[in-house]
Amino acid sequence: MIDTALDYPRFLALTQLQARYAAAVDSADWDAWCELFTDDCVYRLVPRENHERGLPLATLSFESKGMLKDRAYAIRETLFHDPYYQRHVVGVPLVLRVADGRIECETHYAVYRTKLSELTMVFNVGRYLDTVLETPDGWRFASRVCVYDSEMIPNSIIYPI
Amino acid sequence: MDDPGTLFPPAPVWEGSGTSRIPFAVYTSEQLHQRELERFFYKAHWSYVALEAEIPNPGDFKRTVVGERSVIVVRDQDGQVRVVENVCAHRGMQFCRERHGNRKEFICPYHQWSYTLKGELQGVPFRRGVRQDGKVNGGMPADFELGQHGLTQLKVATRAGVVFASFDHTVEPLEDYLGPAILAWFDRLFNGRALKILGYNRQRIPGNWKLMLENIKDPYHPGLLHTWFVTFGLWRADNRSQLVMDAKHRHAAMISTRGAQGQAAQVTQVASFKPDMQLHDARFLDIVPEPWWGGPTAVMTTLFPSVILQQQVNSVSVRHIQPLGHGAFNFEWTHFGFEDDDAAMTQRRLRQANLFGPAGFVSADDGEVIEFSQSGFASKPFHRALAELGGREVGDTDHMVTETLIRGMYRYWREVMEAP
Repeated sequence: MIDTALDYPRFLALTQLQARYAAAVDSADWDAWCELFTDDCVYRLVPRENHERGLPLATLSFESKGMLKDRAYAIRETLFHDPYYQRHVVGVPLVLRVADGRIECETHYAVYRTKLSELTMVFNVGRYLDTVLETPDGWRFASRVCVYDSEMIPNSIIYPI
Repeated sequence: MDDPGTLFPPAPVWEGSGTSRIPFAVYTSEQLHQRELERFFYKAHWSYVALEAEIPNPGDFKRTVVGERSVIVVRDQDGQVRVVENVCAHRGMQFCRERHGNRKEFICPYHQWSYTLKGELQGVPFRRGVRQDGKVNGGMPADFELGQHGLTQLKVATRAGVVFASFDHTVEPLEDYLGPAILAWFDRLFNGRALKILGYNRQRIPGNWKLMLENIKDPYHPGLLHTWFVTFGLWRADNRSQLVMDAKHRHAAMISTRGAQGQAAQVTQVASFKPDMQLHDARFLDIVPEPWWGGPTAVMTTLFPSVILQQQVNSVSVRHIQPLGHGAFNFEWTHFGFEDDDAAMTQRRLRQANLFGPAGFVSADDGEVIEFSQSGFASKPFHRALAELGGREVGDTDHMVTETLIRGMYRYWREVMEAP
């Protein structure tokens, strides 16, 4: 029997962490994005095809908060890209497992992209597979794997999903 | 330039016989695009379709495209790789909808016409009619021959695990098509070791398909557009380099060896060079030289018209160009490793893959600039682009400060497209 029971304070902490994540990546606060993860975190952006076929390649695959900081720097300083807004709409987490102070959950998301002088489009759709835990600084992602359905990336992905 | 006839020219107008000034109109016309499909993708050329490691077992198939035509790459029961067009002989339906899988035969769901893996029609329901009340109703005409109605079969060539196909059965042998100079660089990457598929990335780039080849025939931009390349010395104008073409100038290899990473005269006096930049996590660039490199740390090969072979330090991939009309293409990346890679090398290739693909620290830029070149072309198709770095001639070089490979590709383009 897998334990999926969460008391209300922990469920609230989980949903607030997810809400803070969306707020950070939609307001272009990349430093805040990095700080929502543990130091030895995992962040992966994976095509559903690779995920389901057991192929290890990811579109982005980070294995530490340092790598996230390198991405934040790249977005600000090194990647040429068309400016755009993004907006995450995130579902309610389905709790899959609660054990050893960690919560594993799965949450659907859709991300809209709006470029200057352009119509808003559906940019990337998928689900988050998360492992979150409580640290002395608060709740953090130990792992966030974004498995996206979207078959074709509309040119490029610059900001974190 | 006030005459609307010249502002929107019906065909590209070249300045003289050279190719250092490329009319925007070569990127903006659907009619010209169809002519390109016919002459480059459907006749006399080979297109990349698969790696054999994607279809290791009899019956394994992969659906992909040659140009804009859907094809199925399949290993038949004898172990031979076959390529057949995904269009049923009966009603033209593109019957294969899965992108990969395993089949004993192909069956079109519409009327259950069935084909062998080689594409031969083996059965048609009600061919002899349906018996009812003592008479036979319908059926195919007596002279209907199964042998006349198979799937379109493509000519197939494989070399060291890479599969090419052509609708044109008179196409020259693959080795002649690539030519000895390019074949040598092909064989360096694909030297007979079994490949291990690591996975896919797919992006749709709203630009003309030729721009992707030009991007990888342009050694000028990487040290300027891509901060990571110039700052970490992976690709910059003072790296020891070599540019090589086949005799027809349609294919090319850009070969470069990582050199200095510090400041150096002109090459680091560019906005993208960041002398103080240091990675928080250096594992992105945990580069370990491999024996098969034979020196060069990066070799980027364009095999006209359909594929790019990538070696950038430990990251290797094939990038398949799949046109979608004149203004867009799908770009499919297949990253791989080799059967003898240990776990650490596989991990290294996967980490370095963060530099490439549609979100890569380096490659994300390339799709963006292609999109905005295409926007510029579409807005004023009477104008032309410049490719005059290193002169106006076409030839191999021992440096990378030149756009000779782009000029070479358009010399070939003009030879083929301007022929009667």
